[in-house]
Amino acid sequence: MTILLSGGLVVSGGDASISDVLIDGGRVALIGPDLPVEADEVIDCAGRWVGPGFVDLHVHLREPGQEWKEDIASGTRAAAAGGYTTVVAMPNTAPPIDAGHLARYVVDRGAEAGSARVLPAGCITLGRAGVGLAHFDDLREAGVHLFTDDGDAVADAGVLRRAMEYLGEIGAVVAQHAEDPGLARGGHMHEGAVSARLGLAGLPSLAEEAIVARDLLLVELTGCSYHVQHVSTAGAVALVAEAKQAGLPVTAEVAPHHVALDHTLVESMDPVAKMYPPLRTPGDVAALQQGLIDGTIDCVATDHAPHSAHEKDVPFEEAPRGIIGLETAAAVINTCVSLEPVTFFERMSVAPGAITGQRLGQLSVGGPADIVVFDPEAEWTPSAFVSRSANSPWLGRPLRGTVVATLYAGAVTHRKSSP
Amino acid sequence: MTDFLTTDGLERVRAEQLLDLAQGFVEVLERPVPKVPALRGKTVALLFFENSTRTRMSFEKAAKALSADTLNFSAGGSSLSKGESLKDTTMTIKAMGPHLMVVRHSAVGAPWRVSEWTGLPVVNAGDGAHQHPTQALLDALTARQRFGTVDGLRVAIVGDVRHSRVARSNVALFSTLGAAVTLVAPRTLLPADLDGWPVDVAHGIDDVLEDVDIVYLLRIQQERGGGEVFPSISEYVGRFGLTRERARRMKPEAVVMHPGPMNRGVEISPAVADGTRSLVTTQVGNGIAVRMAVLLDCLSSQAKSSIA
Repeated sequence: MTILLSGGLVVSGGDASISDVLIDGGRVALIGPDLPVEADEVIDCAGRWVGPGFVDLHVHLREPGQEWKEDIASGTRAAAAGGYTTVVAMPNTAPPIDAGHLARYVVDRGAEAGSARVLPAGCITLGRAGVGLAHFDDLREAGVHLFTDDGDAVADAGVLRRAMEYLGEIGAVVAQHAEDPGLARGGHMHEGAVSARLGLAGLPSLAEEAIVARDLLLVELTGCSYHVQHVSTAGAVALVAEAKQAGLPVTAEVAPHHVALDHTLVESMDPVAKMYPPLRTPGDVAALQQGLIDGTIDCVATDHAPHSAHEKDVPFEEAPRGIIGLETAAAVINTCVSLEPVTFFERMSVAPGAITGQRLGQLSVGGPADIVVFDPEAEWTPSAFVSRSANSPWLGRPLRGTVVATLYAGAVTHRKSSP
Repeated sequence: MTDFLTTDGLERVRAEQLLDLAQGFVEVLERPVPKVPALRGKTVALLFFENSTRTRMSFEKAAKALSADTLNFSAGGSSLSKGESLKDTTMTIKAMGPHLMVVRHSAVGAPWRVSEWTGLPVVNAGDGAHQHPTQALLDALTARQRFGTVDGLRVAIVGDVRHSRVARSNVALFSTLGAAVTLVAPRTLLPADLDGWPVDVAHGIDDVLEDVDIVYLLRIQQERGGGEVFPSISEYVGRFGLTRERARRMKPEAVVMHPGPMNRGVEISPAVADGTRSLVTTQVGNGIAVRMAVLLDCLSSQAKSSIA
């Protein structure tokens, strides 16, 4: 089976040029202008961007344990619809992924589903309880590269230090949900003028920045690779920039909603505006956009967090945190941040692919045919989702940029239906 | 038909109209038969998802004085304790045919959700630490009766502003009506960000005592003392309590108000609570008249736009 992606703006190896891409047997066989070849299928890519499939370092697939919200099959179908070919599944499932056999279950279910590559992240602490270390070597053997207690920070600096010492030595990455539990206690939204007016307890920016600042000292001490999850404040961006300047092994991700929306959305009191970290101020949004443009922030990660309608259809304070993001991420970034095609794929695919430890997120001859065809000009308004859940603030809001086709290992996993 | 959810953004002219209407009902309530047929045939559902006695009774009395029927719901012993969702409970009660819902809930924004779900006019009887708009109206009515107008009054709101829906509603309404509001509290009991609030701030009651027309005391929840927000009740009383000695230093015509229930010996000394400056029982009486005005206004078909 051969597929020819014809005449698109092909982004590969840091360059962008009008080219064809020939796919044969799940691999990229040829890249070049006007390839004189026949193919079983030809996809016209004129006016579109053709690049490495997106890589998402932060998704909640809810399996095992909360399959009414999402499962690995439905979540990876949503990933494919959003142009993703690799997703990293967060370990805060029920039970949490703190041992090798649990990580293997996630890998196996992902392979069965077949819509995208599923890489399991592992817990830093047993049961995400923040006390004892998870089964690091066991998890590593099952394919885990990223370790996190996502949903909560590892708050105890002594525990995190030991984890960094151990994981640094075996070449893994510690990823932190940076939220000081004392400073954030009881909070439902960003602490600021809007929370004061609504009478909602706030999560101050300091809750994030205090943890990032402390953790960077531990990185300096241990040399462990450290990844800041869903950066949300201008202060945290500045801390990451400073650490990178100092040569520390630090990376950072940002969620699409944090570069697009601010805390005034909570004035609607609609739970679709509730997530942790919370939507922050317009000044934070501007700093995050700038960080994404200049590379202080390495990549976009969705923090795709499905919840059922009945769980979100409650008062704001009682609603669970999180929104889905896989199917709208590329469009939101394309709509809200002006990125050149090469930078766009750098942040969506190449950089997060490298952080997985597997050199994913590349489009090159001989490499796996994980490819997305993206139309940066097409406008659309989300009205329904492939995900099992629909908790999205983008429902009914016009966006620019659509995923025309997604290919995972040479197989078409998503095809935009013709209008 | 319209909602009455917040005093934040309530137009001054609308507020004055409601106060005028309420003043008329004050006189109705003094009649031998304190009742008018304005809402005969209408049913008002009182949905109190958070415990309340005085506010629920006040709304019930207001509805009945307008000749409306009432449906009573309170959280204790209801299906909520069996895990029914707020939406299901609300829609179940809607199916019983009320024309308006009065909602109190511990979560911010719950009355807005009920309004969306049911499409019925909803009156907010208190949502979390957000709004309690009929309390603010009754306070403004009480102040207007005493001083003739709210415009130009100096008001100190003393106590746990951070956790107080009464404070938020009163700051908005009193400043809309032309009063100058000062918040008096330790920083731990103030909202973290007062940007955009039309207020001054003082960190001790002695700083404002001799200048204000109204000292408005908020209830201090005793369990907060010794916790995270202030060191002890006695230290609170030392800096913020309205003692008899302090009350003597107020302007001759100045008054004391409190939304109740009071903690005697904490934010207010017993002598002040029962003294000549205290308008506490007047506030309670005015509550019924104000709620009559709001219920009538919300159910009146002439009202074309939302009050707020």
